[in-house]
Amino acid sequence: MTLNLTTTAKTFGDGTKALLPTNLKVNTGEIVSLLGPSGCGKTTLLRIIAGLETPDPGGKIWFDSDDVTDLPVERRQVGMVFQSYALFPNMSVRANIGYGLKMKKLPKADIEARVSEVLEMCQLNDYAQRAITALSGGQRQRVALARAIAPRPRLLLLDEPLSALDAALRETLRDELAILLRKFNITAIFVTHDQNEAMAIADRVAVMSHGEIVQSGTPEELYRKPNSTFVASFVGSAMHLAGEINGSKLKLKGGEVSLPADGTGCEAFVRAENIQINKNGSLSGYVDTVTFLGTHYRVGISGVISEPITSIFSGNKVPKLGEKIRLTIETQSILLLPSKA
Amino acid sequence: MFRSKTKLLQLTVTLTACAFLLIPTLMSVLAGVTVNYFKGVSSGLTFKWVLNVWELYADSIFLSLWLAIACLIVTLIIGLPAAYGLARHPGWLSRLLEEFISLPLAVPGLALALALLQLYGTLSGFRTSWTFILVGHVLYTLPFMVRSILAVLAAMDLKTLEEGAASLGASPWQRFRDIVVPNAMPGILAGALTVVTLSIGEFNLTWMLHTPYLKTLPVGLADSYASMRLEIASAYTLVFFVLIVPLLMAMQWASARAQRIAQ
Ligand SMILES: Nc1ncnc2c1ncn2[C@@H]1O[C@H](COP(=O)(O)OP(=O)(O)OP(=O)(O)O)[C@@H](O)[C@H]1O
Ligand SMILES: [Mg+2]
Repeated sequence: MTLNLTTTAKTFGDGTKALLPTNLKVNTGEIVSLLGPSGCGKTTLLRIIAGLETPDPGGKIWFDSDDVTDLPVERRQVGMVFQSYALFPNMSVRANIGYGLKMKKLPKADIEARVSEVLEMCQLNDYAQRAITALSGGQRQRVALARAIAPRPRLLLLDEPLSALDAALRETLRDELAILLRKFNITAIFVTHDQNEAMAIADRVAVMSHGEIVQSGTPEELYRKPNSTFVASFVGSAMHLAGEINGSKLKLKGGEVSLPADGTGCEAFVRAENIQINKNGSLSGYVDTVTFLGTHYRVGISGVISEPITSIFSGNKVPKLGEKIRLTIETQSILLLPSKA
Repeated sequence: MFRSKTKLLQLTVTLTACAFLLIPTLMSVLAGVTVNYFKGVSSGLTFKWVLNVWELYADSIFLSLWLAIACLIVTLIIGLPAAYGLARHPGWLSRLLEEFISLPLAVPGLALALALLQLYGTLSGFRTSWTFILVGHVLYTLPFMVRSILAVLAAMDLKTLEEGAASLGASPWQRFRDIVVPNAMPGILAGALTVVTLSIGEFNLTWMLHTPYLKTLPVGLADSYASMRLEIASAYTLVFFVLIVPLLMAMQWASARAQRIAQ
């Protein structure tokens, strides 16, 4: 199913403009992630698509060629996975998963067959008869997904489905979820404020800030070609090289670097993996911190700009604390982004 | 040594208090099955008085049971939607409404009865009908029903649960039937037992509202002590206990269960 949202906005009763007029298109079978910091309007956008929130007049929501703007949630045929899962405590795992099918008034035999199929897919066979209260967090998460998917919704909506889990489990389930969603072959929108989660699961990421989608693209596009200083720092935490830009030269506290183009009116950003420790480098700084991360070291360096910067080091001559070092920043890796007005 | 002494003291006080409460009750119950109270138990045991009570006051017993059931139905019909509405729309208005419903708890039964009499006492058809007493009982027991259900509903994330059901295609009525009512059940059960127990045992208000042809169980009890042999009145106490004690115990159990859920 194709989702199309046109100039959809939301102003709450108290005047909060949670969502500015937004356009969004999600193609059939595509998994799109809404990524952004807390309070930027992700949940609001998702709830409008679900029909749990009414958009301001002027907004329109299309499922294929159906205008669903005025359709209540129970008639939109969307599957929802809530942050708190919202599993029904008065029903078993099986009954939870079968509830949507029961609402569709399917014959009992069909319901049983479909529930068994979904239980199998989500590896929940052993828990079918359990009470919801007797499940672990990860199992609840899978039941919530199974319940949403069982009635074959036109669109699957997930609001931070992994945020209620602890860090280790979150990572395992992230990959599991990515595989499951592909297996279901469903159009899905996935809300998160964790960029790793967005990148692992989504075909396309829509980055949101202050109630609007500021950039949308594949994870690679967002990483390599961010269109704003916000996207650069939010996705892959690029660092701002604050200094004096003079044509295609950038003068920093610790030396000078060449920019890939004329940088007038721009700000320069660079990512940690593009800062190399190199004794012939044009920049100089001091080693502040060295953190061993297994495959590499993360080195905190002061004196290059007024803030500390971070570099990735994977050689074997580990820099010492306080040591004066020289650095290079590859010209082509510098991101030039229009400075905020 | 000191600790065991205080423990002993506590135990003694508790046991004395229990005895203080239980002995008159037991005496009374015993009197109800003795042939002649003034001669004591040695005169023999009998069920004669209990049968007498049945002959004289069966109507009162049935009226009380009937009233309790009617009261339960009415408080359920009003109380369940009211508690649901209050739980779904929390805010100052809901709190105000909840306090308003609970007002009859603060007003003495006597005053409540006088107010009812003043307002409706002249509607002769209504005044002499059992429904007049029912109105009093509903006013008095409704807050218990509402609060009991509300406590359980307020403890769960009702809004999200309902949104979950709605996203699966459930209409508002289906949501109420499949999600709200089953999850509110411990509260409903505790509320129902409280309402029935209170309605059967209510005296203050009922005594003011009753007519000679409409005596409830407790009003009949007062009447029997005032106008019958002591043995009959005592036998009546026994009947009253047999009816009310199991209800009280069930109510305690259900309320404790509902409270555990509400925490
Ligand atoms: N019912 C409401 N009434 C008023 N303001 C609201 C309401 N719901 C959300 N908001 C406001 O709208 C803005 C966007 O909220 P939203 O829940 O969409 O953010 P979010 O991106 O999902 O954040 P998070 O990552 O914390 O979940 C916030 O400023 C929030 O305070
Ligand atoms: Mg949110």
